[in-house]
Amino acid sequence: MNNTTHAPVARPVRVSGEAARAAPPRTGGRAGRPRSGQWAAWAFLAPVTVYLVVFYAYPLYRNLDLSLRDYTVRSFVQGGAPFSGLANYRKVLGDPTFGPALLHTVVFTLVSIAVQFALGLALAVFFTQYFRLSATLRALFLVPWLLPLIVSASTWSWLLNSDSGLVNSVLHGVGVAPVNWLTSPRWALVSVIIANIWIGIPFNLVVLYSGLQTISPNLYEAAALDGANGWQKFWRVTFPLLRPVSAITLLLGLIYTLKVFDIIWIMTKGGPTDSSTTFATWSYRLGFGNLLPQFGPGAAVGNLLIVMALIFGLVYIRVQRRQQSA
Amino acid sequence: MNVVTRRRRVLGASLVAVALAGGLVACSSSSGGDSGSEASGPYTIWDPYPQFDNSSDWVQLLDKCGSAAGVTVKRTAYDTTDLTNKALLAAQQNNSPDVLIVDNPVISTLADAGVLTTTGDTKVDTSAVEPNLLAAGQIGGKTYGIPIGANTLALYYNKSILRAAGVDATTVKDWASLTAALAKATAAGKKGITFSAIGTEEGSFQFLPWFWGAGANLTKLDSAQGVAALSLWTDWLRKGYAPNSVINNTQTTSWQEFATGQYAFAENGTWQLANAKKTGFDYGIIPIPGQNGGTAPAPTGGEFVTVPVQKHTARYSTSEKLVACLTSSDNSYTTDTTLSYIAPTDPVQAKQVAATPELRVWVDAVHAAKGRTSDNLGTKYPKISEPMWTAVQAALSGSKAPQAALSAAQSTAASATK
Repeated sequence: MNNTTHAPVARPVRVSGEAARAAPPRTGGRAGRPRSGQWAAWAFLAPVTVYLVVFYAYPLYRNLDLSLRDYTVRSFVQGGAPFSGLANYRKVLGDPTFGPALLHTVVFTLVSIAVQFALGLALAVFFTQYFRLSATLRALFLVPWLLPLIVSASTWSWLLNSDSGLVNSVLHGVGVAPVNWLTSPRWALVSVIIANIWIGIPFNLVVLYSGLQTISPNLYEAAALDGANGWQKFWRVTFPLLRPVSAITLLLGLIYTLKVFDIIWIMTKGGPTDSSTTFATWSYRLGFGNLLPQFGPGAAVGNLLIVMALIFGLVYIRVQRRQQSA
Repeated sequence: MNVVTRRRRVLGASLVAVALAGGLVACSSSSGGDSGSEASGPYTIWDPYPQFDNSSDWVQLLDKCGSAAGVTVKRTAYDTTDLTNKALLAAQQNNSPDVLIVDNPVISTLADAGVLTTTGDTKVDTSAVEPNLLAAGQIGGKTYGIPIGANTLALYYNKSILRAAGVDATTVKDWASLTAALAKATAAGKKGITFSAIGTEEGSFQFLPWFWGAGANLTKLDSAQGVAALSLWTDWLRKGYAPNSVINNTQTTSWQEFATGQYAFAENGTWQLANAKKTGFDYGIIPIPGQNGGTAPAPTGGEFVTVPVQKHTARYSTSEKLVACLTSSDNSYTTDTTLSYIAPTDPVQAKQVAATPELRVWVDAVHAAKGRTSDNLGTKYPKISEPMWTAVQAALSGSKAPQAALSAAQSTAASATK
């Protein structure tokens, strides 16, 4: 990550736009006629361009188009859906589900990320101490990552079942009244967040653990000589040096978590009523959760989600660029 | 080079967003429905029975009907929740199958999309079918298919629990006697009743017998009768007669609860008959009672055989032969026995009851049943059903009182169906 050799290359590149445009050396004749080498370059580019256009650009365009037209099932099949501008977006914004869905999306994402990161970091620091079976234990922590989401989500919904779930029977054993994890509006969102945190910890653990490996042990030795205790070593050495890796982990986590759908849909279907609905489940419910699909509003919600991800994507790239030039 | 980096940055950001879009956009071009360009060539049939493989009676029947009509049949099975979208996409691509077997409440949606032909166009004979079953496929006086069979809901009960609780199942005739029976079963240390109130169409399907059994009408969700039905369920939950898990139960998970042998009653469908025999305890079945007695109208389940619109109308005559073959009396008996359905016609029902007397209660339930899209609701039904299941969830989870939940549902439904 902290690749200092890049810096001298990256710095002089940053010149004004005019100079940049003139910069690429164009050898051989006038600009209008590409050299044969350029044709070859385009030919090499073609497969990936076609791939991107067919599988990414076109669906994105279609999704945008869907959200800007008034689709009924009839016009979906027969074509000719009238252009309706931002009507679908207005409809979505005015929907009573919008407020709760936005709040849940934000809470779900931020809480999941914060806890995943904190626990992942704690575990990563813990596993830097070598001890017997540490590798085995670390491998066990990766299990949630290896399981298909449908398996982990179904397992969680069995565990949290109000009447026959293991969690409630354990609570009963220690004298706590059963909690309606998945079926009460107060707990549904909490339950899906818990499940999502469990699934997200391994990712944080692995990335942060590998980040820790790059911190030189000499620094810890030096800190120890200066009389730093464990707590100080963490806050003064580990945490600052891990900052680049942390930033990437958090941003990737943010983008992953924003679009989490399967866990919520399998565990609660976004309910009861709207108490665990996020943008992702709402978009699905509009498009596919009813006998009569509402493609337009469904696509509109999907696009709002894409915009949110795009913002974080830009932040991610900004952070990455700053690190490369640092 | 600044331009290049900026461009690269934007491209990178777009890729992140686009990767996300890839997960959201279901844009798949459908394969399979090869309609051919002439009246000959293989005839495609889509059905929602992926549980049947090529050696099953069902697929053999399809092949037999194909050879009787002088054509080869190419059959594709889809998951029932998948089939609506597949059918819509196929129609969009002019790629519809020749014969489509599809869940009855979807008919109005597909008919509205102009995907289906009417039985008048294709000369399919529907005269023998019971009118209450056929109604689910009728919109605006036109009929868009013929039911292959019907299923509906009734109450399964666990005989030994009722015996231990001192309840005689034959005395359960209305809501009051049912609630009393639940109270006794709960007092005897067992659980009362399980059903499915999940926030999907399944939840509405299970709620409707109580809603209709109170005399409520889908055009007015918050009528006194509708509130009475929802209050019945809410009270059961509050008093512990029904488990809290019903809010998240599908009909399958609800059945699993009943199969533990801890529940006195379960609201479930004809299709669980085969599983009922595997539970290892003695069970009985009674129709769902209306509020003040009688059998409550349960919604009809089961599929319709339809003929989607083709570019080459010459294909319809052969398609009609296939449909007629699948729904003829003899074959209907085989099919409905295979599917664990009740036949849609009187003579075949009589034959089924003669062979299996315990089907009697189901035949009665099917007679009393009512299509969800009937009463000319058509595509209005899905717009009413979603607010309804939301209201059920709100009331059962305690976030709203039944009256308030249904009033909110009614205003949502009214503005959606306006």
